[in-house]
Amino acid sequence: MSFDQEITLYHLDVLKEVGNIGAGHAATALSTLLGKTIDMKVPLVKIVSFDDMMEMAGGSENIVVSIFLRIEGEISGSMFFILPLPQAESFIRTMTQDESFSFDTPPYSEIGLSAMQEMGNILSGTYLSSLSDFTQLNLYPTVPALSVDMVGAIISYGLVELSQVSDQAIVIDTALFGEGHEGEGVTGQFFLLPDPDSFHVLFKSLGVE
Amino acid sequence: MGEIKQQVIKVGIADLKVVNAPDTIRTAGLGSCVGLVLYDQVSKRAGLLHIMLPNSILSRSDTVNVAKFADTGVKALIEQMGVSTTRLKAKMAGGAQMFQFSSQKDMMRIGPRNVGAIKDQLKLHRIPLLGEDVGGNSGRTIEFDTATSLLHIRTVNAGETIL
Repeated sequence: MSFDQEITLYHLDVLKEVGNIGAGHAATALSTLLGKTIDMKVPLVKIVSFDDMMEMAGGSENIVVSIFLRIEGEISGSMFFILPLPQAESFIRTMTQDESFSFDTPPYSEIGLSAMQEMGNILSGTYLSSLSDFTQLNLYPTVPALSVDMVGAIISYGLVELSQVSDQAIVIDTALFGEGHEGEGVTGQFFLLPDPDSFHVLFKSLGVE
Repeated sequence: MGEIKQQVIKVGIADLKVVNAPDTIRTAGLGSCVGLVLYDQVSKRAGLLHIMLPNSILSRSDTVNVAKFADTGVKALIEQMGVSTTRLKAKMAGGAQMFQFSSQKDMMRIGPRNVGAIKDQLKLHRIPLLGEDVGGNSGRTIEFDTATSLLHIRTVNAGETIL
């Protein structure tokens, strides 16, 4: 599918709703996990170049904590949950009650990383199961993988399938933030990147041709 | 007449550029992608290619961005260098395996395949590979200095390497 010709504004609105529902449930799960109020921004759905995609995540060299999984099943794609280091540190400290956890120098504490991994499992699982309920599609996510690295290196991995067909990606970007923190940077960001062949299945499942 | 200012020329993903001394050329956030530098020590000219995929036959698109693939990218970079291939030397970095999955689809081994494809192209064009920092599971940012012909490689978890 060539994105610029066949995807209309209406399609983009439908994808926005996908982000809304998925990340909305994930925000609730995160809120329960941390015992804090978590809000979300209105999802952004954009058709972007690969370089623009990196800019949306803070630039190629931006060092982040990421949870990445592949979605398989009736539709396929890549999903990332990306956290700035200070945010991830603060979440890990809350979950493990270990105030000494830090991303300053590797190797990082195993328990801390394991807590982060678990949080990624819960949030991405919540996002995808609500997406599956909403679309009635069977989705089989891989076990999420955790990485602390440059965002360009991480996201380009999720662009491999897409890059065979296109030089652009449709990204559903949803940001979460803590109560009263909207101006102070994002708590976490979901990127959902459906593979090109999946769009028609996704739209069909939602009654859009 | 001002001084000649040294610039850092940035190369994006699936992109290629050529610079002359004293400029340096860099690309950021290489994961499974490979950054290939071709340089000529005589004219102090260097080109950098940031590829994503090993072979253009993988393309299912009507229009091909040559810099996205190892085969078409190396050819295009040689052309843009505009010097005889006998004067060119190569250095490269990248091709990491960023994530480990139990169910390894072929596409997920893309890093090592990219590295192999670049090496095949260099052999084909008889360009010697004088340094490489490939594989592993770290992202890399690389910068090539045309004046010294050194490739600086920075990672988050394993510090800096110079080739």
